[in-house]
Amino acid sequence: MNQRILPYLLVAPAVVFLGAFFIVPLVQTIVLSFDGGGTGNALGNYSRMVNDLNFGVSLRNTFMLVLVVVPLQLAMALAMGMMLQKIERGREMVLWIWTIPLGVSDLAAGLVWLALLQNTGYINSALFHLGLLDGPTPWLNSETPVTLFAAIVLAEVWRATAVVLIVIVAGLQTIPKEFGEAAEIFGAKPWRKFTRITLPLLKPSIQSALILRTVLAFEVFAAVYALGGRNFPVLVGEAYTWQNENQNYGVAAAYAVLIMVISLAATLVWLKALRTNPETQA
Amino acid sequence: MAGIVIDRIEKTFGTAKALDAVSLTVADGEFVALLGPSGCGKTTLLRIIAGLESRSGGRVLIGDRDVSDLRPADRGLAMVFQNYAVFPHMTVFENVAFGLRTKNAPEEKVRRNVMRAAELLHIEPYLERYPAKLSGGQRQRVAVARALAVEPAVLLMDEPLSNLDALLRLEMRADLKRVLQEAGTTTVYVTHDQTEAMGLADRIAVMHSGRIVQCDTPMTVYAAPATTFVGGFVGSPPMNFVPIRNEDGRARLDGFEATAPGTGELLLGFRGEDVRIDAPERGLSFAVAVAEPMGSHVLLTGTIADKLVRVVAPTGIRVAAGERIGIVPDPERVVWMSPETGAALPRIIS
Ligand SMILES: Nc1ncnc2c1ncn2[C@@H]1O[C@H](COP(=O)(O)OP(=O)(O)OP(=O)(O)O)[C@@H](O)[C@H]1O
Ligand SMILES: [Mg+2]
Repeated sequence: MNQRILPYLLVAPAVVFLGAFFIVPLVQTIVLSFDGGGTGNALGNYSRMVNDLNFGVSLRNTFMLVLVVVPLQLAMALAMGMMLQKIERGREMVLWIWTIPLGVSDLAAGLVWLALLQNTGYINSALFHLGLLDGPTPWLNSETPVTLFAAIVLAEVWRATAVVLIVIVAGLQTIPKEFGEAAEIFGAKPWRKFTRITLPLLKPSIQSALILRTVLAFEVFAAVYALGGRNFPVLVGEAYTWQNENQNYGVAAAYAVLIMVISLAATLVWLKALRTNPETQA
Repeated sequence: MAGIVIDRIEKTFGTAKALDAVSLTVADGEFVALLGPSGCGKTTLLRIIAGLESRSGGRVLIGDRDVSDLRPADRGLAMVFQNYAVFPHMTVFENVAFGLRTKNAPEEKVRRNVMRAAELLHIEPYLERYPAKLSGGQRQRVAVARALAVEPAVLLMDEPLSNLDALLRLEMRADLKRVLQEAGTTTVYVTHDQTEAMGLADRIAVMHSGRIVQCDTPMTVYAAPATTFVGGFVGSPPMNFVPIRNEDGRARLDGFEATAPGTGELLLGFRGEDVRIDAPERGLSFAVAVAEPMGSHVLLTGTIADKLVRVVAPTGIRVAAGERIGIVPDPERVVWMSPETGAALPRIIS
């Protein structure tokens, strides 16, 4: 076999698969979003999307979720990863338990938290029996936006922090322990060691984790839908509604394209903001 | 005052004993080399002194203070790691300055100490570079400079010159010795290069499978090894050991005879350069196998009583492979060892 052709032959199936099932539908979606929706104006779907009552709310909600959930998850994953480094026996076991939520689908995760948090749920009854509540208290409807938001954040953090954790743990394991030891010998206290040695060396991993997590966070939907229904509109939820309830594929496509553009922009932001000079890596 | 006392330190990894009741006292300002073959526990001992490795037993005292349970930073020492541990995300300057910065030293002092350390180790041209662009030997020098820059009272070095070429190593060795002597730094220096240990150290602690088998001045370790292992490990060529029988206080083999301690089977130890060459019947009968001219001398390799022996002969000597010559070790310089324990027998002072 010709050595120059072989690599191309080997990647060909993956390229064909992606081309057929990803690029083609993507192009179709983009084309669909610009079909005008019968208005004669190529941007018709977009103007319908923007002028919809729920558009502003869903955009704001989605960004709020991303801005709260992603930093929270990064901070938690860093803390958990650093704690894991200190554990000698049973580290695999702890990591395994921490990553269990990864195996749960996001809709199932939302339903789990719904069972816990709805007004007839476990937490409500438990607090009621302890005498801390006077009766079943609703937390997840449109009159209680703060607790609804908190519940969604909680469910998302529970469900998806492990993704960040795994990337961080993998990154931490590539840092030779002698760097931390040298820092200690030369007088660096734990916080300084963390900020001056660990964080800079972890930057490429943090970048990967943030890109991965931010893109997924902009696509948040199932957990939100399970907990709040349409009380908490988000972008993907709106796309879903336009597609299935309104049967308006053009506006749904416009939402899909908007989400994609936002995700790409977020990726660019992380690529730029956390760029590492290759010279400064071990 | 910053002497080091290592008191019966034990270390086991799982079931393997890496250090077996190691005790060693290093006086304030003294330079002690830890010398031993790969895997004998040198790095482990150094890391326990530094507080980077937990110990299974024993104590470490620095400057009369029990530091056994203190964090590395509180032990008041600096260290050069065997694999350098130079921070890849900092310039060479910032690496060398690291210890001073954590102590919030004034900028002027940082600059002064960094420049002095950099000059000593010939790394000034690289100060603004990142370590990824440096060779192994250059990185190693950055690691040494980082340790010297903090002007430590106690300095631990783990094979700090192992990656330098012979010429640079010779120069660094001399500079290092001078600087540490001037500063009165108490130094523990790990090496498996015995010429480095001989040249640098006030005392050499020879380690063998988790124990210190001898700790003495370089000349004593060289001339009067405590065990056959030390005799064989220190010195090039290594000390020769020949089995010999001692009857009535006189050991005899071939045409050689000397007063010896103990009775029965012994090992006669002698250095290759401490011999006189004579006729075969007037000394140990040496069957020459190889004669290698070394410039200043000729190295003869062969056997005495079927034991491998190396001796140093003057350049003018004319011997060929296969010949037999007589070897007469200087009776003042021979050592006597027990063949069972490999330990030295007390000398007979006559
Ligand atoms: N973390 C560890 N876990 C298990 N065994 C270890 C560990 N570190 C060292 N050892 C063992 O302890 C013994 C001493 O190791 P050490 O690194 O101290 O040797 P060394 O004298 O420094 O050798 P070298 O000259 O090759 O650096 C070796 O047998 C080694 O395999
Ligand atoms: Mg070592």
